[in-house]
Amino acid sequence: MADQRAASFATRSIKESSKVHALKLALSMVDLTTLEGADSPGKVRALCRKGITPDPTAPDLPSVAAICVYPEMVPIARAALAGSTVKVAAVATGFPSGQYPLSVRLDDTKRAIEAGADEIDMVISRGLFLAGERDRVRDEIAQIKEVCISTSNPSGGSAHLKVILETGELETYDAVRRASDLAISAGLTDYDFIKTSTGKVQPAATPGVTLVMLEAIRDHYLRTGIRIGMKPAGGIRTAKQAIAYLVMVKETLGDDWLTPDLFRFGASTLANDLLMQLARMRTGHYHSPDDFAEA
Amino acid sequence: MTTPPENETLEIDPRTEDGANGRPPGTPGTPGTPGIPGSTDRAALRESAVDIEAPAASFTRTLNFTESWDYAPAPERAKVTIAPEYAHFINGEFTAPPSRKEARMRNINPANESVLCEVAIADKSAVNKAVAAARAAFPKWRRLDPRERAKYLYRIARRIQERARELAIVESMDGGKPIKESRDIDIPLVAQHFFYHAGWADKLRYAFPNRDPQPIGVCAQIIPWNFPLLMAAWKIAPAIACGNTVVLKPAETTPLTALRLAEILQECELPDGVVNIITGDGDTGALLSSHPDIDKLAFTGSTSVGKVLAKTAAEKNIPITLELGGKSAHIIFEDASVDQAVEGIIQGIYFNQGHVCCAGSRLFVQESIEREVVEKLRIRLASLRVGDPLDKNTDVGAINSRAQLDTINRYLKIGVDEGATRIEPSRNGLPSKGYWCRPCFLTGVQPSHTVAREEIFGPVLAVMNFRTPEEALLRANNTRYGLAAGIWTDKGSKIFEIAGRLEAGVIWCNTYNRFDAASPFGGYKESGFGREGGLQGLRAYVKFD
Repeated sequence: MADQRAASFATRSIKESSKVHALKLALSMVDLTTLEGADSPGKVRALCRKGITPDPTAPDLPSVAAICVYPEMVPIARAALAGSTVKVAAVATGFPSGQYPLSVRLDDTKRAIEAGADEIDMVISRGLFLAGERDRVRDEIAQIKEVCISTSNPSGGSAHLKVILETGELETYDAVRRASDLAISAGLTDYDFIKTSTGKVQPAATPGVTLVMLEAIRDHYLRTGIRIGMKPAGGIRTAKQAIAYLVMVKETLGDDWLTPDLFRFGASTLANDLLMQLARMRTGHYHSPDDFAEA
Repeated sequence: MTTPPENETLEIDPRTEDGANGRPPGTPGTPGTPGIPGSTDRAALRESAVDIEAPAASFTRTLNFTESWDYAPAPERAKVTIAPEYAHFINGEFTAPPSRKEARMRNINPANESVLCEVAIADKSAVNKAVAAARAAFPKWRRLDPRERAKYLYRIARRIQERARELAIVESMDGGKPIKESRDIDIPLVAQHFFYHAGWADKLRYAFPNRDPQPIGVCAQIIPWNFPLLMAAWKIAPAIACGNTVVLKPAETTPLTALRLAEILQECELPDGVVNIITGDGDTGALLSSHPDIDKLAFTGSTSVGKVLAKTAAEKNIPITLELGGKSAHIIFEDASVDQAVEGIIQGIYFNQGHVCCAGSRLFVQESIEREVVEKLRIRLASLRVGDPLDKNTDVGAINSRAQLDTINRYLKIGVDEGATRIEPSRNGLPSKGYWCRPCFLTGVQPSHTVAREEIFGPVLAVMNFRTPEEALLRANNTRYGLAAGIWTDKGSKIFEIAGRLEAGVIWCNTYNRFDAASPFGGYKESGFGREGGLQGLRAYVKFD
């Protein structure tokens, strides 16, 4: 039934002005991501430029929500994004496996924030979770959240936390729901996120997994009034997919969640497909992929 | 339902709190809210005329489903042609439309009350002609090599697939059901029924081992308005696969797709007279069912008419199958996956505006999770889109006819008068014309209430509770009907225990309203007898000498 419901969102027919609105909204929700061992300062700067002005021929389009990089690249991203609305997100806590001592992961988080991260994308210990050590998983998340609260980034703010469940390793919707509840209950506050995947494990984000996580967020909101955000990451490459996700958010959590503060796409190639569709809506025809900068 | 408990949590406004953190919502880069598409039409929209009680006080938080991003209208634009007049399909030909003096009826589009066309009402002579044509065609059709019969069914199925889009549109215009249902559910199932029975046509000896199945003869078939073409397929496909010939009467309000099916039968060169379709009202149905030269009667519709037909069949001593009303129980145990169960409830009662004989119209929720289920139902209902059946984003379409809308409204009034609370969360505007009923549910329903006992046949759910599995069984079985039931629990042993003791013909476990040509469908008690679909469904169309 979860799959059936999740698939139903993709059958909504989104046309004309509501499509343009959705495409712009999706663009503003992208966490433009590069997480490669080969990432260099030049690559990150190029990505930041792309994030600020996704399509120089359409300056009215919104910037993306954030640039998501490894901690080592945070200072470079921060400098490149100075003066823009685009946030710096750092994957931390021994990304992507999380198989490091807790002290190392806490330190990783602290350093990333001090270097300028506005947002921390952490990974949970899937091994502990699958071994049934739920209290320890919750406690670890709580400690990392504590670091986010107590550490100031260079602009004096604290970092928002995104908790990656790596749903591809949890396998069942039951486990995804339990992990979502666990993460949310570890002290997440308004505008912290839960996130599906690192992008390093298949399957990454799927509509079914995202729906189950949105339901956990909804139930937490109805109980407590706290608004947790959601970030599906990995595997969302087309505008059509992105719109189906927005429909899912709208019909599960309502329009209040249709903001980059509460919903993000972790993606590297999605932005250009959104730009291509937006250009088509503007001009009436498709443009060459070469009309849009790679990064 | 219990008294709503006090709100236990503090009401806080997270946006205000977060705003104080220097990060107002909506940034960065939130695009501006566009005007609501089609907002000029909103002036013509009206709110439901009936006063609704405010939701119970325990619902302090809600989700906002309408504001910032509305879907633009997405109407199905393909044009279909509907002739101004239609008459019967007898002996392979369409008869001339009725003259002004002859009886005819107006065919109304329930979504806007416009007249789509006028349709003949079959009188005695038309019924006689149709039965005579079926009688004349029977000897040759029954003797035809079954493999050849199968080819006709395959051909019909393929032609239905080819004309699927047109059939879906006509079905939605004629009956008011949302295009996404006629397109994704009705028409594919119609084709599936012909494919499935094509497969049986030359294998009947294997369906009934060591017997010699023979066709019965001329089958009179009377079908309802809720799934017009699908019911025609359920009736015609097994009948002709087994070598019978047919006179079919579609419902008074929804004859159009059956007449399109007649066109398809013509295109497929089905031998003349094997299937005859006559349009008309209840009088036509009475003429057909009491005709002296029919060999078998099949009816889907209301229990009251079914009882009359059962008497007719008994007097004529011919076999009859009846698929009648229902008041099906949908049981949600506390160990169910609640979010999935809520989807099942929605599918169970609001599918096809609740015009479903097996609709899960009595909801029994274990008391320990009743509050949660009711709250989630309320939220989910608020996201349902009610309106133009031809809009691809419509979830709940128009009520089939004025008469049915009146019936539903009468039951709603009785429900509230008897002490139930009506909860109707969807709030989008409704078109100013047409027959509309917002999906709703009734809480505080007691098993003795009228709305818990009688079939409403609309988007109205009666919510009741239970404490133990025994009580659930007792309440679920305490009804005149016995068509379908649903069970939601993650515990397999409970499914087997409960399903084995429910008095219902179809029992869905952790799903609802799923149909398949291979799966028999039919009822217990006043929901009728005989099965349609599957091996069991063939039994109604053969005899053993």
